[in-house]
Amino acid sequence: MLSVRDLTGYYGESHILHGVEFQIAEGEVVTLIGRNGVGKTTTLRAILGLLDRQEGSIRLQGEEILGLRTDRIARKGIGYVPEDRGIFASLTVEENLLLPPVVKPGGLTTEEVYGLFPRLKERRKSQGTKLSGGEQQMLSIARILRTGARLLLMDEPTEGLAPVIVQQIGSIIAELKRKGFTILLVEQNFHFASGVADRHYVMEDGKVVDMIPNDRLEAEREKLQQYLGV
Amino acid sequence: MATETQTPVAAPAPSGGVGQRAWLFVSLIALVLLALAPFVIYPVFLMKALCFALFACAFNLLIGYVGLLSFGHAAFFGGAAYVTAHAAKVWLLPPELAILLGTLFAGVCGAAVGALAIRRQGIYFAMTTLALSQMLFFVFLQAPFTGGEDGIQGVPRGHLFGLLDLNDPYAMYFTVLAIFVGGFWFIHRIVHSPFGQVLKAIRENEQRATSLGYDVSRYKLMAFILSATLAGLAGSTKALVFQLATLTDVQWQMSGEVVLMTLLGGIGTTTGPVIGAFLVVMLQNYLATTALPATVVIGIVFIICVLVFRRGIMGEIGHLLRWKL
Amino acid sequence: MIQDLLGIPPQALFGQLLLGLINGSFYALLSLGLAVIFGMLHVINFAHGALYMVGAFVAWLLMIHLGIGYWPALLIAPLVVAAFGVLIERTMLVRIAKMDPLYGLLLTFGLALVIEGVFRHFYGVSGQPYPPPPSLQGGTNLGFMFLPTYRAWVVVASLVVCLGTWYAIERTKLGSYLRAATEKPQLVQAMGINVPALVTLTFAAAVALAGFAGVLAAPMYQVNPLMGSNLIIVVFAVVVIGGMGSILGAVITGFGLGIVEGLTKVFYPEAANIVIFVVMAIVLLVKPQGLFGKA
Repeated sequence: MLSVRDLTGYYGESHILHGVEFQIAEGEVVTLIGRNGVGKTTTLRAILGLLDRQEGSIRLQGEEILGLRTDRIARKGIGYVPEDRGIFASLTVEENLLLPPVVKPGGLTTEEVYGLFPRLKERRKSQGTKLSGGEQQMLSIARILRTGARLLLMDEPTEGLAPVIVQQIGSIIAELKRKGFTILLVEQNFHFASGVADRHYVMEDGKVVDMIPNDRLEAEREKLQQYLGV
Repeated sequence: MATETQTPVAAPAPSGGVGQRAWLFVSLIALVLLALAPFVIYPVFLMKALCFALFACAFNLLIGYVGLLSFGHAAFFGGAAYVTAHAAKVWLLPPELAILLGTLFAGVCGAAVGALAIRRQGIYFAMTTLALSQMLFFVFLQAPFTGGEDGIQGVPRGHLFGLLDLNDPYAMYFTVLAIFVGGFWFIHRIVHSPFGQVLKAIRENEQRATSLGYDVSRYKLMAFILSATLAGLAGSTKALVFQLATLTDVQWQMSGEVVLMTLLGGIGTTTGPVIGAFLVVMLQNYLATTALPATVVIGIVFIICVLVFRRGIMGEIGHLLRWKL
Repeated sequence: MIQDLLGIPPQALFGQLLLGLINGSFYALLSLGLAVIFGMLHVINFAHGALYMVGAFVAWLLMIHLGIGYWPALLIAPLVVAAFGVLIERTMLVRIAKMDPLYGLLLTFGLALVIEGVFRHFYGVSGQPYPPPPSLQGGTNLGFMFLPTYRAWVVVASLVVCLGTWYAIERTKLGSYLRAATEKPQLVQAMGINVPALVTLTFAAAVALAGFAGVLAAPMYQVNPLMGSNLIIVVFAVVVIGGMGSILGAVITGFGLGIVEGLTKVFYPEAANIVIFVVMAIVLLVKPQGLFGKA
């Protein structure tokens, strides 16, 4: 599905990514883990072409997307859940939900999305930012399911949320995986990540330094703790 | 409003660079050249350029060192010119008092405009100063003493301190030069004083300056008043040189011109505004002799400066040499 | 019917009120455009007044050279101004997009000088007359005042266009893109929306409003290269008074200040030129962020 090779990235003069490499197969849920500031968020943004400069290769289903304009990349079928959830204050919940244009056939219908997130239907006339943090996170995920994007990039969807909400988001991700979505997840909450992902890429200093399949987690726990500095 | 933006001021060049002594040397040469200039170049041109140079330096004090873009400085420049002209012609005051009165008037206007405008920031500050100066424009247009469209003409230059007859072009020239040098030196002292350091801190990061305990509003207002006063000094002097005060000097186009002079010479540089003023005055004199529409050319220079030449002449040279000029 | 109010004959009072409403229409149309542009581009468009003038001139040129009348001009002139706006945005504004908004002000200031200077060079400063269309000539005697049809039309047309703009921004899909992109342009682009094109479109539409206002103004004022140059500064004051956060706020402020100005002309004509600036000063003292601004 997605293959990233030798990806370097810059914000202005500062060089953040130093040759990131990883692959995701269709239907997989994969995480990028690592300490703060190692370039996980930057990697997601680089895939979408949002850095000041990025070099290397990013292939989506065999097609090179690096160098395309951000909206063209999105239209290849990538959905993005940003770190700050990206809910628009000047739009209602429903306007937020319907904002992203349908880019490919095969997305969920609005009714199906409301079926997954009944709370959003109840509050669809509210201002987007009047929702609770958990509801905003749901909305941020919900709105990209309509678009037909098959690769979802999620940046810390559990950050700052109560455990019960984190659990809900875990089951939503599991449901999306069943529906065949491919998901790249940036996560700090390792416990959460281990519950939903197939594989984990470990990042350090702007590079991917290791890959741990989810079933090897127990065996590699010590190494992992070193990476994460816990 | 976007925060991660480039400020409209030249990046502070690394300090050091030119030593005190070199500065003194360059200043002396410049002074000698300016003292000899009227014997080679038409004095009225030089006096006009020096008045505008002082005006631009006063304006630069605000945008270059506090980061405030005033789009209303014509009101202080032209307003002071009216007061000086009226004082000299109707009240028959000697030139030094007429200039003093005009300058004071600009300072008072600056206090009023500044106190209102600093309540808003960035782009709103610029719009506010522009609107308030337009208000003053209408006041001058309608006030009985300003002579409406004709302005105040035939202003006597008089005798400076009762001694020096300013009708002599050289006497007038050296008076203007003395005023310019005094004003320039004063601005230089302000910029390098502890007060000036606080202004620069405000320019770099207003919130941090506030959190360090500085009363940012007070500093901004003080800088605004100083800038307006010095702009007034330039306007008053110009009124005596041309023996004239007209609406041209209070119009918003004049506010734009001083922005252009400073931008062209280099915002936030010491000598840039002087060079910008000389160039713009030269350009205007040249355009007056051709059929080219002056505002179009000035507008194009403006656009080019913003698009490709934001550091201005001295800023660009300073950047190349890594000096602060 | 109505007797003299405070010694002012009703004819004069209502006449000035109507003129105030008309000026208010222009303030509203122009400040609305400025607010929309500022939201998307972070640029205060100093050339807005010049583009208003261009709108009026295009109408006049269409009439003089091609014999095209008022009604087609009301459509064509804004489109011409919009096309010019696309050119300005694509060739210049896009290059300073990420810089301090003050550069945008300076750039468009230079642009205003160029546009006004060019028209002045070719057409001089004396105004060109532009007759109202025959269907809008004449007027109605309402008893307390004589209502010229054209003036009534200007007020109605601007109100309709202002409210239409409000509807387009607040209630349509395209408007939701615009609002979203004003908040978080990168994220909107990451959803697959061509934000640079949306920015261009926004600028073009907003300057088209200015062009439209120019055509409306042509039959009332003379078509003059400098007709927009003082207007834009009053509109800046309107924007400072209203704040740029709200579309309806801009419209209400625009019309309201027009009326205040009209009333001043009746009761204290000497202050009519400056009353809006005085209001601005008072608002700055009392509510610095503007009547509809967010703190």
